[in-house]
Amino acid sequence: MTGGSTTGDDGSTAPAAGPAEKRQPWPLWEVFVRSSRGLSHVHAGSLHAPDADMALRNARDLYTRRNEGVSLWVVPSSAIITSDPSAKEQFFESPQGKDYRHATYYSKSEGVKHL
Amino acid sequence: MAAPAATQYGSPDVDAAGQQLFDELIIQDSRIEPRDWMPEAYRKSLTRQISQHAHSEIIGMQPEANWITRAPSLKRKAILMAKVQDEAGHGLYLYSAAETLGTPRDKMTEDLIAGKARYSSIFNYPVLTWADIGAIGWLVDGAAICNQVPLCRASYGPYGRAMVRICKEESFHQRQGFEILLELANGTQAQRDMAQDAINRWYAPSLMMFGPPDDDSPNSNQSMAWNIKRFSNDELRSRFVGMIAEQVKALGLSLPDPDVRFNEDTGKWEYGPLDWEEFKEVLAGRGPCNAQRMERRREAHEDGAWVREAAAAYADKQARGAASATEAA
Repeated sequence: MTGGSTTGDDGSTAPAAGPAEKRQPWPLWEVFVRSSRGLSHVHAGSLHAPDADMALRNARDLYTRRNEGVSLWVVPSSAIITSDPSAKEQFFESPQGKDYRHATYYSKSEGVKHL
Repeated sequence: MAAPAATQYGSPDVDAAGQQLFDELIIQDSRIEPRDWMPEAYRKSLTRQISQHAHSEIIGMQPEANWITRAPSLKRKAILMAKVQDEAGHGLYLYSAAETLGTPRDKMTEDLIAGKARYSSIFNYPVLTWADIGAIGWLVDGAAICNQVPLCRASYGPYGRAMVRICKEESFHQRQGFEILLELANGTQAQRDMAQDAINRWYAPSLMMFGPPDDDSPNSNQSMAWNIKRFSNDELRSRFVGMIAEQVKALGLSLPDPDVRFNEDTGKWEYGPLDWEEFKEVLAGRGPCNAQRMERRREAHEDGAWVREAAAAYADKQARGAASATEAA
């Protein structure tokens, strides 16, 4: 069955499970683009490719069709180590209560110029 | 980032804490990211919406690609090729976003090929003349932009980010379409007639792209409560009618709907009745071009099989070569 609106809001249900994929899927790569000299590479998105060379070429076609970049990185998604989202509080709690790490903590010098 | 969800599901504590954080993030109008806990229905609904959107971009390449050889000048061919390439890109951004919810891209492709997944009904209408390419850019891409701009703020991070990228590129699509119609409108009488005929045929289908009327749109309320959708189908449709009612004047042509008017009392644009029976027929696979589009998509997938196999074999061989070189050293 085909059809439906671009918003996906046509009252249809999610697709049912299809037959299992026989071919080994191509690995996933994360793409980082440096938009101009002097700036960092920034994550742009991801893509599938069989190897690093193809990943780089596909990244060029997919993420820099309008001069968006002067340099590209592709990284196997599996090589990225991430922090655990459910351990957020323990992992990121150390700056809590340490306002003195910010310049705004020091208010007595207000009115003194160039400080 | 397209990483599978790492959060453990099923344990009552994790689910309760997860639901609470999810609800808080939605109330704050913040964003949900791939590795966050999310309700199963939210994941399922987004997977359906984003993959359907991706399929629409991919199928949408067909009606326009058919016109590349017949585009009237080298410049128009180059523009149309760039547009078709953009549609492929949009499909891939969206497949990536959908994948972060846990469904592999190959599975989504299989569902499309097997006819289990949907795509926008608009691509099941035939593209009869060069003016249709103009009308598609102006009306179909115009309606898509109207739909998609609010989706840039969708609560699911990867979807919103994909939509930002897509919206930037879509505005070229709409303008190039309008320019095609403008050139025809300033041409001979036959060219003006051709432009008007294209508008007459694409007007109603493009209005139906916003989906069924609000009282017949079962997913809308939940989708709005989750901050995926920001405006109702009818609200967006009415806005779109207001935009094109003005724009058509610049063409010196008209919309094929005598009921289009601005209602001063409601502050909304109104339009004549739409044929929702036809919409349902096209949805059910009985539109003018459903079979043709699906057949072409299958054919392209099958014809590309050897390329995918060759690329995988080459990658394997290179990897083995690298491994044995390491052993030798």
